[in-house]
Amino acid sequence: MSDPRAEKFLELFNKGKEFTEELLRENERLRYRIASMEERFREIVEENKDFAGRYAEIEEQNNNLASLYVASYQLHSTLDFREVIQIVQEIIVNLIGAKSFAIALLDENTNELRTIAWEGEDVMPGVDTLSVSLGAGVIGGVAASGESWFLREGAPSLDRPLAAVPLKIKDQSIGVIAVYNLLVQKEAFTAVDYELFALLAAHASTAIFSSKLFAQSERRLNTIQSFLDLLTTS
Amino acid sequence: MTSENAKFLIVEDSPTMRQLISFSLRRFRNATIIEACDGVDALKKLSGPEKFDLILTDINMPVMDGLKLVSHVRQTAGLKDIPIIIITTEGAEEDRERGLALGANAYIPKPIQSSHLIRTISELLN
Repeated sequence: MSDPRAEKFLELFNKGKEFTEELLRENERLRYRIASMEERFREIVEENKDFAGRYAEIEEQNNNLASLYVASYQLHSTLDFREVIQIVQEIIVNLIGAKSFAIALLDENTNELRTIAWEGEDVMPGVDTLSVSLGAGVIGGVAASGESWFLREGAPSLDRPLAAVPLKIKDQSIGVIAVYNLLVQKEAFTAVDYELFALLAAHASTAIFSSKLFAQSERRLNTIQSFLDLLTTS
Repeated sequence: MTSENAKFLIVEDSPTMRQLISFSLRRFRNATIIEACDGVDALKKLSGPEKFDLILTDINMPVMDGLKLVSHVRQTAGLKDIPIIIITTEGAEEDRERGLALGANAYIPKPIQSSHLIRTISELLN
């Protein structure tokens, strides 16, 4: 005959065993769930990194587009020749970050490129009096070929700027922008600078050309008006 | 003070830069943007009825430069607590120190990165 206390103990022991086994199974389920959640957490962290990267990329593109929009908008905001040149200078200094540069226009009669606006003659002496024959050297070559030129190695000099960009209307160059030095805080050209150079090559040239034509037509109009006034008063 | 509904004064002689900065500031909801072309024009606008939350100024400007403007604002009751950001081509460390010593809260060299400008403004206003 068995001892009832022993049976009671055995019953309790078995219940305890079942409970422990259930706890162990629950523990195993929870471990699995935690592992899945950790895996999902890692995935979300990676996704967040990806989103942050894409956000920064979009932010940069937005910044670049704003610069290009503003440059284009300003270039076509006036028909006054001096104002157009001033805007081109502002773009080169403020948006590209150039310290020393020259804007040289082609004299069609002499085929010479001459500086009409500049900055930074203290760091690049002679930038203010640049005079180059079409086809001669880097700057003349850029005007003749219509292809931009960027210095790959070595220090810039008056004949070899950091960048030389043609001002083109279709296939004809009307001048060149030569950049010699960058601002102290600007280490090198960035992707948007090349876009800005391309924009200047096309838009600055048409803006300069239009403003010159406008000035000429204004002068002619004044001459005709004076002539008409003379005829009507005499 | 928060960057929402903020009133900004841009002091710049270059219309190109004014437009570019203005473009960046439009990220702030309901922002009011007033432009001045030099220090004297800025002081005129600051002495009017408008209450500005932040001034963004260039250094090299005709009539009155940005450093004189910062100095003037910091000595004027009613204006001296307005945060000022200098945005300039003068990127040397000594220029930065001079600007901050005069009382500017931040110094951003050109060419500006919109994200940098937005972050700086948010830190100053929020």
